[in-house]
Amino acid sequence: MLRLPSFRYLEPRTLKEALRWKSESGPESMYVAGGTDLYPNMKRRHQEPKVVISLARIRALRPKGRSRKAASGLTLAPMMTLTELVESEGIRESYPVLARAAELISTPILRNMGTLGGNLCLDTRCNYYNQSYEWRKAINFCLKKDGAICWVAPSSPRCWAVNSSDLAPVMVAIGADFLLVGPEGERTVAAADFYQNDGIDYLSKHPGEILAEIRVPPRDGWEATYWKLRRRGSFDFPVLGVAAWVRWEEQKVAEARIVLGAVASQPQPVPEAAAAIIGSRLDDEAIEEAALAAFRPSKPMDNTDFGLAWRKEMTRQFVRGALKELRSKLVE
Amino acid sequence: MARRAEPPGHAHISLEVNGEPVEVSFPPHKTLLEVLREDLGLTGTKHGCELGECGTCTVLLDGQPVLSCLVLGVAAAGRKVKTVEGMARGPELHPLQRAFADLGAAQCGYCTPGILLAAEALLERNPRPTRQDIKEALAGNLCRCTGYIKIYEAVELAAAWMRGEDAAPPEESIYGRR
Repeated sequence: MLRLPSFRYLEPRTLKEALRWKSESGPESMYVAGGTDLYPNMKRRHQEPKVVISLARIRALRPKGRSRKAASGLTLAPMMTLTELVESEGIRESYPVLARAAELISTPILRNMGTLGGNLCLDTRCNYYNQSYEWRKAINFCLKKDGAICWVAPSSPRCWAVNSSDLAPVMVAIGADFLLVGPEGERTVAAADFYQNDGIDYLSKHPGEILAEIRVPPRDGWEATYWKLRRRGSFDFPVLGVAAWVRWEEQKVAEARIVLGAVASQPQPVPEAAAAIIGSRLDDEAIEEAALAAFRPSKPMDNTDFGLAWRKEMTRQFVRGALKELRSKLVE
Repeated sequence: MARRAEPPGHAHISLEVNGEPVEVSFPPHKTLLEVLREDLGLTGTKHGCELGECGTCTVLLDGQPVLSCLVLGVAAAGRKVKTVEGMARGPELHPLQRAFADLGAAQCGYCTPGILLAAEALLERNPRPTRQDIKEALAGNLCRCTGYIKIYEAVELAAAWMRGEDAAPPEESIYGRR
C-alpha cells in the first residue's frame, strides 16, 4: 500500500492563525487545500512535510465570504471546490470559460474535493517525477526531487516539469489577479506573474503565503475559451491546453491573448499569435496566421503523454479550433 | 477552538458511519480509506491506485462522492460517511445492488462498491438521469471488466425501480442481440 508519511496535522480557523502556525512550523511545513495534489505527491515522497496545515476550516477562504460580484469584476474564493465552480450559475453565465476549464479537470469525484486555489498552485508534473519512490530510485531520481539530472534534458541545468493546471492558462489569458496573504502582509500579483518558467521554482508565491482571493476582471466586451488535449475524456491532466481571449470593438479584435498550457513550466503566452489576429474579424486567414504563430514556439518535451511531433501539430489545430469558436460567438 | 492534534499520539474523532455514531482513534496521517478498512473493519471500500486515479475507494462524505484514499481520517470528524456496507437495509439489497446483480454489472467486483456509491449520489440528485448523465457521473470510476454498458443499464434499471416503475431488465442485456 502507498501510505502517507507521518506528519503533524493542524486545522487553523483563521488566516492569521494559519500564518502564525506556518511560521512557527518552519520550512518543513506545507499548506494543503483539497489534498488531491499534495497527498498523492506525499505518498510518492515528492513532498514530505513534517507539519501539514489544512486551509479547509478557514471561513475567509470559503465561497460564502469571498465569491462576491463587484462592479470591477468577480472575486472568487480559493477554497471553492471545482464542483462548486462548475455548478455555480453565476459563473456559468458570466464566466463560462472558467466553468469550462474546471469541468475538464480530472473526474467529477475528484472535483468534489479539489479546489480552485489548489488547481492554481498545482505542482508541476513530469513522466520522470510523478512515479513511486521505488521507480524514481531505480533511475537514481531526477533533478526535481532527490536527484541531480533532469532526464527530459540531461544536459540542462533546470527542471522541465510541466505546469498542468487547466485553470492557470485561463486566468493568465483573462488577466486575473491573485491576492496573496503572508506574514509580511498582503500583495496582489497578476496571474501572469504568479507563475515562473522553472519546474522546481514554479510559483512566485512564497511558501508562507496563502492564495486568498482570485479576482477576475469585469466582462466588458471580451470572450474567452479553453481547449484541452488529453488521452481520455476524464482523469487525465492536459497534454496541451489552449486559452484564447479576445476583446471585440466594432466587430473587430481590439486586444487578444493566447496562452498555452502544459507545454512549459508556466502557462505560456504566445504574443506573436495574439498579434496575428488583432484588427481582424477572425477571418480564416488571420486564424491560420495565429495558429502557425503558436505552432512555431510550441516546443513540447518528453515529459508527458503522446509523441512530440503530434503534440506540436495539435497546438496549431487547437489554436485554430479555439479561435473559430470565438468567431462563432462574435457572429452571434 | 481550533483542534491541534498532538504527535506522536493518535487522533480521536467522532463521526457517523452508515447512520451510526462511531468513535475511533488512529494516527493522524491515516487516510479515511485506511481508517474505514483497518480501524473500523469496513473492508467493502476497496483500495485501488491510492492516488486519485481510479475511483474504487469512493465513499459518500456528507452525501457527496469523494475518494477516501485522498481524504484524511481526521478531516471526516463530525461528518457523515456512507460506505457500501450502508446500502442494503437488513437482508434487502439497495435497488442499485439488485440491478447490478441481475444484469451482471459486476464482474470481478472490485470497482463495484465505488460505482454503487457514485451512482447512488447521482440518483439522489437526479432520479431520471439520461445515459449521458450516468456516463458523466461515473466518469471517475474505472472498470476493467464490463466495458461499462452493463453498468449504465443497471443504473437505468435501478433508477426506474426507485421511481416506482415496474421496469424489467432490457432483454438484450440478458440474452444478447438476437
